[in-house]
Order: sequence, then structure tokens, then C-alpha cells
Amino acid sequence: MRPVSYSRVTDVATAIATVAADPTSAYLAGGTTKIDMLRIYAEPSQRLVDINALPIDHIEVQPDGAVRIGGLARMNDVALAPVVVDRFPVLSEALLLGASAQLRNMASMGGNMLQRVRCSYFRDAEASCNKREPGTGCGALSGVNRGHAVLGTSPHCIATHPSDAAVALVALDAMIHVQNSAGHHAVAIDDFFLLPGDTPEREHPLNHGDLITAIEVPALPAARNSLYLKVRDRESYEFALASAACALTVEDGVIAEVRLALGGVATKPWRARKAEHVLRGAPATRETFARAAAAEMADAVPQPMNAFKIELAQRTMIRALETLTARGAAS
Amino acid sequence: MTTAIGRPLDRVDGHAKVTGAGRYSAEIALPGLAHAVLVTSRIPSGRVELIDTYDAERAEGVLAVLHHLNLPKGGSVPPLLPSLFGAAASGQTFFPMQDEVIHYAGQHLAMVVAETLDQAEHAARLVRITYQETASITTVEQGRERAYEAEKIFAGFIPGRITRGDAAAALDRAQVTVENSYYCAANHHNPIECSATTAVWEGDRLTLYDATQGPNATLHTVAELLNVMPSHIRVVTNYVGGSFGCKAMIWDHPALAALAARAVHRPVRLALSREQMFSSVGHREEQEQRLTLGADRDGRLTAIRHHKLSPTSHFDDWAEPSLGVASQMYACPNYEGVYNLIKANTMTPTFTRCPGEASGMFVMETAMDELAERLDLDPLELRLRNYAETEPMTGHPWSSKGLRDCYRRGAELARWSERDPRPGTVRDGNWLLGWGMASSGYPVTPPGNPQRARARIFADGSAVVQSSFSDIGTGSATAMTQVAADGLGVPLERMRIQYGDSDLPNTAAAVGSAGAGMVSAAVHIAATALRDQLIAQAVADEHSPLHGTDPRQVAVSDGRMALRDRPGTGETYAELLQRAFMADAEALGTWNPPGMDTPYGTMTFGAQFAQVAVDPDLGLCRVRQLIGVFDPGRVLNRKTAHSQLMGGMLWGMSHALLEGTIMGPDGRWANASLGEYLVPVNADAPDVVVETIETTDTVVNPLGVKGVGEVGMVGTAAAIANAIWHATGRRHHRLPITIESLM
Ligand SMILES: Cc1cc2nc3c(=O)[nH]c(=O)nc-3n(C[C@H](O)[C@H](O)[C@H](O)COP(=O)(O)OP(=O)(O)OC[C@H]3O[C@@H](n4cnc5c(N)ncnc54)[C@H](O)[C@@H]3O)c2cc1C
Ligand code: SF4
Repeated sequence: MRPVSYSRVTDVATAIATVAADPTSAYLAGGTTKIDMLRIYAEPSQRLVDINALPIDHIEVQPDGAVRIGGLARMNDVALAPVVVDRFPVLSEALLLGASAQLRNMASMGGNMLQRVRCSYFRDAEASCNKREPGTGCGALSGVNRGHAVLGTSPHCIATHPSDAAVALVALDAMIHVQNSAGHHAVAIDDFFLLPGDTPEREHPLNHGDLITAIEVPALPAARNSLYLKVRDRESYEFALASAACALTVEDGVIAEVRLALGGVATKPWRARKAEHVLRGAPATRETFARAAAAEMADAVPQPMNAFKIELAQRTMIRALETLTARGAAS
Repeated sequence: MTTAIGRPLDRVDGHAKVTGAGRYSAEIALPGLAHAVLVTSRIPSGRVELIDTYDAERAEGVLAVLHHLNLPKGGSVPPLLPSLFGAAASGQTFFPMQDEVIHYAGQHLAMVVAETLDQAEHAARLVRITYQETASITTVEQGRERAYEAEKIFAGFIPGRITRGDAAAALDRAQVTVENSYYCAANHHNPIECSATTAVWEGDRLTLYDATQGPNATLHTVAELLNVMPSHIRVVTNYVGGSFGCKAMIWDHPALAALAARAVHRPVRLALSREQMFSSVGHREEQEQRLTLGADRDGRLTAIRHHKLSPTSHFDDWAEPSLGVASQMYACPNYEGVYNLIKANTMTPTFTRCPGEASGMFVMETAMDELAERLDLDPLELRLRNYAETEPMTGHPWSSKGLRDCYRRGAELARWSERDPRPGTVRDGNWLLGWGMASSGYPVTPPGNPQRARARIFADGSAVVQSSFSDIGTGSATAMTQVAADGLGVPLERMRIQYGDSDLPNTAAAVGSAGAGMVSAAVHIAATALRDQLIAQAVADEHSPLHGTDPRQVAVSDGRMALRDRPGTGETYAELLQRAFMADAEALGTWNPPGMDTPYGTMTFGAQFAQVAVDPDLGLCRVRQLIGVFDPGRVLNRKTAHSQLMGGMLWGMSHALLEGTIMGPDGRWANASLGEYLVPVNADAPDVVVETIETTDTVVNPLGVKGVGEVGMVGTAAAIANAIWHATGRRHHRLPITIESLM
């Protein structure tokens, strides 16, 4: 492992000041991404500033029905919080279908948003990778790319965004709350994740030293009828080949409200706006679902080994929509 | 009289393992211990042009950087010989760091030795190698044009072409034929414990703590590689965290650890990283098989033609014997089997649990299912019509065969007769359900040399039995305690087994499912020899109540010798020894295994049944139930034997649905990590039903143990593939069967 230094901070201001002052430093939350990166030499040597003692791990219900999740709240705590289970089952399920119980007990929500891609060329410190070392090329383009993205790719990077929770949060229009030495601001989650374009090394708009203090999920009654469907080779402990976060309200056979986002197939947690557009106001039938899913994937770009994902993503969306339609009708 | 054998005794080493008290080979704490880390080749073919060690040598804690320019040369590389023979057992006839030539990606090019593991790992990253790359072949696809028919495979033991009768003519005349090509991805073993060796020199004497299936195999191999007398090497293997074949042969790292220790004059630990496990200890080769079955309309097989094509290394003609069991499973007069090879830039492939049996029987048993479909016959009925009453290649009788009972019991458990033969007819929500079956078999192979154990009893009646075998996690130490206790006639609590040390009486490596059979033979013979010796002493001792009695009439239980028909007449071992002022007594047991030419077919048989659920929209396949019934001969410990069989079946499921190492276009394994090489997790585990059929085998070894280590995996993949066909109507000829092929 890379040589590192380590210190612990107990208040937000010191945390920010410490990291902002040293360009080689970084926050350490659960460490389930960070330590990995240092072990495999995918990130440079660093001074680790342990933020686990910061008081930003609460899950609070706001007066307007929104839920504010602290940046250090653990994945399992969020997944099992009654308010999340009740109002945002899609988020609870996305969290519970991620990683393993042990990892979820360690891993924080802020860290989850900033986890790094699983692309094996990114993780192989000696392979060419534009994300890890801009300008060196993309090993995955001519390599093994079954798991890579078909949406939002660029000639410079095709890595899939790995987070499940972020897919649910993108469907829910969450806000990422950020604090730095200049103060506090919030970023809409869809703007938080950047497409690779020709700067795949830039994954989000945070500056060095910016701290994620909270993730706010606005009230959304439709989210009570929501789910996360994750398709993968094995039953657990694996990233998605395709996933769908979906919330749906059907009134008199017509889709009144829908939220749909995709994981496992795109370079960022992918809000399926084209599909939503087809769905909203249309009859809740398999035919509509198929049309919407096809519209979403119309611009998908397959790689040699992952063309199946274009079809799989559509079937995943259709299954999610059908399941929620049936559930809504039953309740 | 058996009291301990067969009981589901808890593992004797269980407590040490779960509490962490047991020290594995990479956990041996020694004063002055240094750590070695390997630097491996990025390219599959070419040369090291320049090796720049400047930064590495100056990094904190570094003691030495060793490579082809400064590594002291030793002895010679022994020939490739399966470790079951008990001699040197090099995994490939190549030893690295002798020159600048690169034969495969992952080849060991340099070794950094430092004070701590972290320092060695860091410095290893600082070694800069400039390569001169040349064209390479790393896959079947790339090498197809250069394939050649092997003269011999498997270290020369198996001919490249095997025939009986005239398959071509019989196929021409066959009323029905089924012909397909099959593909199986490469596999890696992935035991939880990565291979590791800790090496210590004391003068010219070497001790190796090595994670190995055979301490003696390590000893003999390292002796030849380093040109050190075998008498000067001791190999200790306290615990092994699984192997599945990757520790069956001896690779270069134990010798490298010894060379590093010699170079820095300190004990050195060399532990492979998980990634290095993919290119340091062999693999199951990627393979293509083409199988043609010919049959008459009643379903009787008339011909089998089975060809295999697979890549091997530049040094050795190795292919796992995929044709073996598949050629012995059914009565069929005409057979042709051929191994074709491609010289490739990979290391020599090696034993991987069910080496050949798993892949070959996947092919044979899915073809049989297809034949049954074509003939409109029940798949089980088809197998019964082709039941091999004698070993098909030689015509010899089987030493024992309980396969008919396995079929019957398996079918009963699976309620096979209630299955609707038409595919795609049973639904459960989004899931299509299917049931499939397959035959299973694994050969019983004797070791090449005598197997030994020593039994020693102390004056208080407690006893120890010693034998050098290593327990690779299967529970063999526990089973051997049971065998030893029964053989000597002492209670389990008074018996200790000492093992995992080449200084103890010789055994071959615990490989090929042969460990329990051969070690139990030696242990049984040693323990009963000591028993007989003590009985003889008692009978001869005029102070013994047994004086002058017929030794054949004396039985021992609970440490007490007594007349069978007058149990009141007798005395304990302790009384006998104490009276004679003897602190202990001991006996050596030697088992001379039957030769390879024994006129019997020897095999553990089984029948496998699977129930699967397939979601054809999403391409998901979930196995709901596996049922396996086997005839392993004598079961030494019901619990560990069932765990072995169950583990085998789960691996068979994994072989069918998950496992595959993918060769990247750059000639490197692309998914060399547990994150990307998928093995099943608990959530994938179905309901597994394991049963064994009582069979008595008087040929294979004294206790009639045929073995449970691997047979559980044979046929599982086919049973699953056949169940998928039954669920969906689609045949699958490629492993693993993944989402994209199920959609
Ligand atoms: C084996 C494995 C399987 C996994 N499977 C899944 C899965 O199926 N689905 C899924 O979604 N995820 C999965 N993960 C990823 C896991 O969810 C993330 O590693 C985890 O959420 C990261 O959180 P952490 O607290 O451990 O972050 P850390 O590792 O501590 O930090 C990650 C990064 O975020 C930065 N950081 C952390 N907190 C903050 C903050 N508050 N403000 C600013 N920067 C911060 C750190 O500096 C670092 O760069 C898996 C991980 C592993 C190791
Ligand atoms: S896909 Fe992206 S992360 Fe992967 S190698 Fe290419 S640039 Fe790097």
C-alpha cells in the first residue's frame, strides 16, 4: 500500500481547513473506497483526514416532508430508517442491494456518492486510463468491456458509474449539500455527476476540500410506490449489469407521475428523462413501457462485449414499471 | 468393530481455526522475519530489455531486489509429475528469473525483499521494467490454426488419442446422432488462503512453512530446484485454507522464498497476492470440445467421438483429462477420443477441482440429455439403457459400483417421475421452472508410492498417530483421528493425530480425491499394527490375564484388551505398559497401494438432479435445489464427507453459471480479482440435498474409501444446463451460462 499519513478531526471547520490546506490530503470516511484506491495505487499518496467523528451522520425529517441524510450516515442506517423504508422504498432497496452488510455498516452516504468506477483498467495502476491519468488513452475501449456503459459514454471513457444509491437519489431529485471554507451551497444531484466527455478525470463539481454534509431528498408522495430492480450475474454482492430506480403513480389506467433512473448502463446515475416523457400521461400498458424504454436507449452506444445491455436495460425498465403498476393496482 | 469411523465428529482443528489460534503459512511469526513481494510481467511474450531497480533499492526498508541478473542459480527443474506420485512435482517445467525471456503475462520477473510487507509492496511498484514485446497467442481462438494432436498429455500418463472399436464406421451407421461443439471458460481455484511460503535457513538446513497439498511434494521439488539434499529440508504445513488444486503441484514461490531468505540471511515470507494467484499457480484451461454420440433407436450408444482443443504452455503438453470419465461412463463399443493442443503464452494449466471430469462430463451429460430428447426417452431411462456393467475401456469389472442405487434414490428425492418431459411448461410468476439430471463419476487413483504412518502409545494409554499429510481444509485430520482411534481401539479423546510435516512418515500429496483413501490406509495399518503388537506382548506376558490366550480372540475397545467371548478377562494397554516399565510403544504402518495395472475399474459414482428457475426476460437463472447421491465407499466422517460433496455441488453450480477467467486482448487475465471473478455467495446457494449409498469396496484400499473430494462437482453443471433446457427449451453449450445467453 502507498505510504500515508493519518489524522482525526472532530469538527467540520477543522476538517475543511485541514484538507483545503494540503492538496495531497483527502477525507477518510468509511474507507471502503479510499483504502482500496491506495492499496491498488489508483490514487496518489495522501494524507488521510478521518472525518468519522464529525456530527454529520443524522437522518432528519424536515417540516416539508423532505428527508435530510447526513454525509456520514451509514448506508445500512439509511436503508433501515423507518422514514426511508416508508416514504422512499426505492432508496432503501438500492442501498440494501449494494455491497454487503459489513460494507454497508462502514460505508457512508457521502463516500458512496464519490466512490470510484469499477473499470478494471482504471483499477490497474499500470494500464492506460484517461480517468486515472488523463491523456494515456482508455484501456477498456479495446479491452474487456462487458460491464461498461452504453449511455453517456465518450471516446475517452466508457466506465459505468457504480453507485446504486445514487441512481435512486437521481430519480428522487435529491440535493447534495456541500460546505467549504467559503460557506455552504447545494447542488442538484443530476448536476453533481458529470459525463466523462473529454475530461473523464472530472467526475463531480466539488473542489478540493469541499465536504458533503448532507443529501436532501425532497418529499415525493409518488415515491411510496417505488422500487429498485437490480440485475446482475449473482444474487448478491455484485454491481449491477442493469438496474432501474422507479416511482410510479397510475390513475385510471393512466400514468400520473413517474420517476425513472438507470444504473449499471451509464457513465453517471442516469435519469431516464426520455422514457419519463413517453410515460407521463400515457396508458400504463406494456406497450407504453416498451416504447418508453426503447426511446431511452435509442442513442445507446454498445461496445464489443456489452451490446446485450441495451436490451437488458429496456427489459429492466419494463419489469420495474409493470411491477409497480401491479402493486399500485393492488393497493 | 467400528465405533468412531463414520461419526459426524466436529473438526479437531475447528477451534484453532475459528479463534485464529491456528497459524497459516503466511502467519508464522519468526524473529527477524522479512517480506518478499513479486514483480510480474505485464506482457505475455517478449523479453525484459531493462530492469531498473534504482528507486526500489533505495526505498525505505528494502533489503534486496532480486531478478534474473542477480538471483543465484540453483539446481534443475524436475519433470512435471502429478504430486500423487510422491516425488518432486513441479507445476511446470519452467523456473523464472533465470533469463530475460517472457513466456506469459504474470511471469515472475523480480522479487523485492523488505522489512515489512507494506514496504516490499511499495518498492515492488518502484521496479521499472522496459519490455520488448513479441507476438503472442493466449486463446483457443487465436491459436486454432496451430493446433496439433498431442502425443501424450498429463505428464505423459495419458495418450493424446484413445480408441476402442471403430467410431467413424459406427457413426456412419448410427440411426441417431447428436453432435455439438462446447466451450468452457478458463477457471481459477480461488481458495480463501492465497499461496504462501515462509522460509528459514539454519546453516545449510532449510525449513519451509508452506501452504501445500503435499509437504513431501514441496520438499522434493525444492530439493531439486535448489540442489539441496532432501534430508536437509523440512516442510511444515500446519493449516491450509483451501486449495482446489492450486496447491497440488509445487510452483516456483517456495523455492523463491528460500532463495530470498538465503540472499538476505533472514527468514523470509513470500505470500502471493490475490491477483498473483491468477498467474502463479496454474488454472483450468479454456477449452473447446466436440462430441458426437451415435445411437440406435432404442437409445443404445453405438459410438462416441470426443475431441478436445485447449491451450497449453510453451514448456509442457498439459490438458486436463476431460475425456476420461466421460469415456468410462457408458457401455459403448466404439470410441475415439483426441486431445488437441495449442502452444500458448500462458503458464502450464494444472489440476483444478475435478480436472477434466467437470468439463468433460458437462459435455457428455448435456449431450445425453439431447439424445434423450431426440429419442423421446426419459433422460434417466437413457442412462440406464447404457449402464456400464464393466469398465468400458478395458472390460474389467468395477471394484464397486452403486450407480443404479444413486439414480434410484436421486430420482425418488427429486420426484423425477412426476416431471412433465415437455420443456417450458411450468411457471412461477416471472420464473420458468425446470428439472434436469446427470450422471457423476470420479476415478479412484492409487498413489505411486507406499504410504506410511506411525502409531505411538504412551504408558497412560494416550496415543498419537503421525503422518506427513496436510489437511487442506477438508477435515482429513479429523477423519484420520477417527481411523486411528478405531484401529488402535482407544477412545477419540485419547487419540491425537499429528500431521502436516515432512519429518513425519511419508505420504503423497492429498490430491485427486485420494487423500482419505491412502492416508487412512497407512493410519489404519499403523494403528492396527500397534494394537496387534501390544496384544502379542500381553499374550506373551505371564503376568497378563491374557497370557497364553489366542491373540486372534483378543479384541480391544476403550483402550482395554479382552477376550471376545470372555470380556471379563483382559487388561488395559496402560496396565500392560506400566507393568513392563515401558514409557511407550510404537509401530510403523506401510500401505503398498495396488498398481495402476490392477484389473478393476475404480470410480466413485453419483447421480445429480437440479431444479432451476429461469427469468428469460432478465436472463436470470437461480438454482432452487440440488440433489446429489453418491457411492463413495466407506464414509470416514459423515459431516466432513457431506460438506465435501456439498461444496463440490456448489462449485458445480458456480462452474455452470458464474465462473470464468477472461483473457484480455492484451494477453492478461482481465478479471483477476474476487470482485470480478465471480464465485457464488450465500444468497446464491440453493437447497442442497446430499446422500450417500453404502458400497463395500475391497479393492481400492484397506478401508474401502473411494473418496468424496471432487465427485460432488461432476455432473452438476450438466444437471443445471439440462434443467435450464427443461425450463426454457433452450440448450446451452457454453460455460458459464450467463445473462446474455439466457435472455
Ligand atoms: C466489495 C465492494 C462492493 C461494493 N458494492 C457496491 C454496490 O453494489 N453498490 C454500491 O452502490 N456501492 C458498492 N460499493 C461501494 C461502497 O458503497 C462505497 O465504497 C462506499 O459507499 C464509500 O463510502 P465510504 O464512507 O467508505 O467512503 P471512503 O472510502 O471513506 O471515501 C470515498 C471517497 O469519498 C471522499 N469522501 C468521503 N466522505 C466525504 C464527504 N463527506 N465529503 C467529501 N468527500 C468525502 C473520500 O475522500 C474518498 O475520496 C462496494 C464497495 C466494495 C468495496
Ligand atoms: S473506461 Fe474510463 S476508467 Fe476505464 S480505462 Fe477507459 S478511461 Fe479509464
